[in-house]
Amino acid sequence: MNNLAPLGAEMPVWAKEDEGFHVPYWVFQREDVLEMENERLFQGETWNYMCLEAELQSPGDFVAVHVGETPVIVTRDHDGEIYAFENRCSHRGSLLALEDRGNVKDFTCVYHAWTHSLQGDLVGIAFKDGIGGKGGMEKDFCMNSVGPRKLRVANVDGLIFGSFDEDVDDIEDYLGEEVLDRIHRVLEGRKMVVLGRFTQVLPNNWKLYVENTKDSYHASILHTFFTTFELNRLSQKGGIIVSPNGGCHVSYSEIDQVAEAEKAKNTIYSDQNIRSQSDLQLADKSLLASFKEFDDDITLQILTVFPGFVLQQIQNSIAVRQVLPKGTDEMHLKWTYIGFEDDTTEQRRARLKLSNLIGPGGYVSMEDGCIGGFVRRGTKGASDNNAVLEMGGRSIEGGDDRITEASIRGFWAEYRMRMGL
Amino acid sequence: MNIHVRQAEVSALISAAQARYVREIDDGDCTAWPNFFVDDCFYTITSADNYAQNLEAGLVWLDSKDMLRDRILSLLEANVYERHSYRHMIGQPFVGELEGDEVDSEASFMVARITREGPTDLFATGRYIDRYRIAGDEAKIVSRTVVLDSNQIDTLLGFPL
Ligand code: FES
Ligand SMILES: [Fe+2]
Repeated sequence: MNNLAPLGAEMPVWAKEDEGFHVPYWVFQREDVLEMENERLFQGETWNYMCLEAELQSPGDFVAVHVGETPVIVTRDHDGEIYAFENRCSHRGSLLALEDRGNVKDFTCVYHAWTHSLQGDLVGIAFKDGIGGKGGMEKDFCMNSVGPRKLRVANVDGLIFGSFDEDVDDIEDYLGEEVLDRIHRVLEGRKMVVLGRFTQVLPNNWKLYVENTKDSYHASILHTFFTTFELNRLSQKGGIIVSPNGGCHVSYSEIDQVAEAEKAKNTIYSDQNIRSQSDLQLADKSLLASFKEFDDDITLQILTVFPGFVLQQIQNSIAVRQVLPKGTDEMHLKWTYIGFEDDTTEQRRARLKLSNLIGPGGYVSMEDGCIGGFVRRGTKGASDNNAVLEMGGRSIEGGDDRITEASIRGFWAEYRMRMGL
Repeated sequence: MNIHVRQAEVSALISAAQARYVREIDDGDCTAWPNFFVDDCFYTITSADNYAQNLEAGLVWLDSKDMLRDRILSLLEANVYERHSYRHMIGQPFVGELEGDEVDSEASFMVARITREGPTDLFATGRYIDRYRIAGDEAKIVSRTVVLDSNQIDTLLGFPL
């Protein structure tokens, strides 16, 4: 990889004993690290979220997406199956799909009209046999010998993942049973509807955003919307789950019914003190009018899949986010807001209102869009220093405490393992 | 009154409302922003792609004047961000025909963003798709759908567009 390093500088050494609790800042800054990530993570033995099954309803439907920085097309063919392959013509590499989505019978390249099937096979070459016996391809040219690389595809409750590596673990093993159960909890057996899509452009390395989504420590400190308006009145408990390899996680909080019952018993004595401390009040609380959607008391569940996927449930606001690197210092965060086919009008309205909480302008997430940029700017000139991730110890084990950086350490453990760094 | 005179009057009222609106959100502190709307108003920010595909979700989705007020309160009191401001250039409104006391109007806009350490950046372009209610000599917004031309939003969308 040395030839990719700027000015021939060798990649520094990240001490083994640092595990995931000391992370050097050069990991976010170097071009050669990004090249390695594209090769070993995004095109390696990992599962990358691509789209929703709901976006590919009929045969011929396709979406054009990215896996890491590689353009990819996902399709549904006439056999009903979902396929994925590079968005790259077999001939001389032009993009095959020039729209984000649509319905087509095949992919005919605009440059010289080489035709590819919905499964990504080269099936036609314009003027293959020449004209009037002149020109054309060599007689021994074999159309199967070229073509965009294909991805292995997995469907988890309507989330479509792809992998460039045939040898990747089955997705069930990759996620681990506990994380898989938490996906089922939100999506199993339900028909998703896309409510909207937005791309947030963040001025920082993609891993800084991934760290942020796994960071259950910052939530109550950085995000002051709920505390300012004293909206989180119910006692909460929660915890985190970390997948066996470390890279996938779930962080959740739920209403603590025991503490609530306790509180109810004591209200007679403390009623006078319940009065709001601050005079700041939301005038329209319908913003947070949620409805009962799940069989449990979990009000918030953030789930990540290594390397760059997030499934979010914040009350009834369900969304997926895809983290895509764009160079070392920029990334795209693709949000897809989700509803379900059997939503009532009121339920749909509640979801749309709750979406004010999330996204680039969201009451509880607008801060997350900026923080990575602050770190990028703060660490300029400090490539050889490192971040300290020792809150809650140094292990990558989950537990019932959210004041911990365990799931971020888990990410780095899997990252180092797969990168060989 | 002559219908054409009335139409011209309505257009002038909308232009004036637009000019006051921009002055408040760019050079004021936005606290008077909700006053440009009727009580049961609707305000959302979406992108051209979502709008064309009839996808309802918005980056901001507010369906009462109180929700507009809450948005500003939260930005001023609760949310954390680096100091920044916007500068709007709004085009001439394309005003439809008056229906009773309400009228549709569209206007294109460009917004520059000025961040603490940064230069003046082009932040967004798009159009307002509006419905106004005319009461006396004032035009108030019944519904404003802010349709951004690009689906990409840089970093943060704080103050109103
Ligand atoms: S590059 Fe596609 S046909 Fe030539
Ligand atoms: Fe956050």
